[in-house]
Amino acid sequence: MEALTFEEAFEQLEAAVEALQDGQMPLEHALHYYEEGMKLARHCNDLLEKAELRVQQLRVTNEGMPVLESFE
Amino acid sequence: MLFIDAASILSVTQVSRYLKELLDTDEILQDVWVRGEISDCKTYSSGHCYFKLKDAEAQLPCVFFKNARLRSSAPELRDGMAIAANGRISLYERDGKMQLYVENVELFGEGDLFLRLEQLKTRLAAEGLFDDSRKRPLPSSPSIIGIVTSPEGAALRDMLRVLRTRFPLAQVILSPTLVQGAEAPAAIAHALDLLNVHSEAEVVILGRGGGSIEDLWAFNEEVVARAIARSRIPVISGVGHETDFTIADFVADYRASTPTAAAAAAVPDIAEWREKLLDFQQELTESIETYLIDQHEQLGRTRRDLLRLDPKYQLERLQQRLDDTSALLQARMQHILSLRTERLRGVALRLHALSPLLTIARGFAVVRRDSDQSVVTSTQQVHPDDELTIQVTDGHIHAQVKG
Repeated sequence: MEALTFEEAFEQLEAAVEALQDGQMPLEHALHYYEEGMKLARHCNDLLEKAELRVQQLRVTNEGMPVLESFE
Repeated sequence: MLFIDAASILSVTQVSRYLKELLDTDEILQDVWVRGEISDCKTYSSGHCYFKLKDAEAQLPCVFFKNARLRSSAPELRDGMAIAANGRISLYERDGKMQLYVENVELFGEGDLFLRLEQLKTRLAAEGLFDDSRKRPLPSSPSIIGIVTSPEGAALRDMLRVLRTRFPLAQVILSPTLVQGAEAPAAIAHALDLLNVHSEAEVVILGRGGGSIEDLWAFNEEVVARAIARSRIPVISGVGHETDFTIADFVADYRASTPTAAAAAAVPDIAEWREKLLDFQQELTESIETYLIDQHEQLGRTRRDLLRLDPKYQLERLQQRLDDTSALLQARMQHILSLRTERLRGVALRLHALSPLLTIARGFAVVRRDSDQSVVTSTQQVHPDDELTIQVTDGHIHAQVKG
């Protein structure tokens, strides 16, 4: 889960919420959806808290190709 | 007049001050370009120049002070000239006159900047470059945002600040460029092309902070318009202030009024996502609670069902039914018996009433002929000397018929 991007985690979270709201499943699955959902929500929150805008700039190489380099 | 509170009546000066205040605090009127034809142009020995700008419908008094004239690149003004004048609009309180305090003047006749702009606009519009059908939708949450602007400008700082606040999950790729001067148009086009070659950005912001019409002119050039049109990445324009419209704005997929607004349009606001996350967490908790309560209720129902199937319970139930049935049986028997007893008693009573003994007790007697024990009920049955037995309550009397 740690490797999931915010969007991926958010999407999975949405699916877990929907699945759980449906409610037609064995207890084991329901608990799984609940725990996974809560973990995904925490992961999303963590990502939002830690997020820091990354800024890079394009530079043109001698061959005329654009490459990224750090900005400031 | 009698009904008006004297305190609420304004003096001419008060009204004029109020009007002047209104005009002077209006952002648009503080730096505006107005086009029209010059009339009543007079230049006094003071060096100040007064004229009216007019078109078919209206006219606007203008004053071009000497200092402003000397600072500007304005040509010599004559009546009938078509110009665009730049400056601020305010109230000259002494004459109650709203006028344009001119800072600069551009010819608006043939061969000038504005005419060329109009011609280019017409040509590009005819080509369909401004068509709504060409406008592409912006990605809802781009992870990589391209920015074409000057690396030193305030516009970049503003845009980064907005992106940091609204959507710090994103990555920014700056494609640095000049944004004003003769080389700016080609540089801007190149910077935009470069982002397309690199091809990672999902949306591009073309930004430049506010400035004079000349400062923004690069964004009116055809090379820039063409670069926007051929960009495979959707382009958001954010050039100058709210009132500035450049050709870049018309070609862009989305026109934002300023660089700040452009940055805000490029990304979602994570505040909304935070809220959504909270909602999701709450929904998860509510759903699992509902689920568990349901399961619990079902468990209760199942347990009761199970109990009903237990042999011990069944035996008890059968026992109870048996007991119930026996009790019922007993009650029925009792009823039947009592009915019978009742009937017996009735018969006995009737029997009793018919008993001859009872008749005898009342003084009657039964008379039998001894010879054959037959009961004598008629005189014809006996003859003199026949022996009879008379039965009374307490015994028998032997008798002989005499006659």
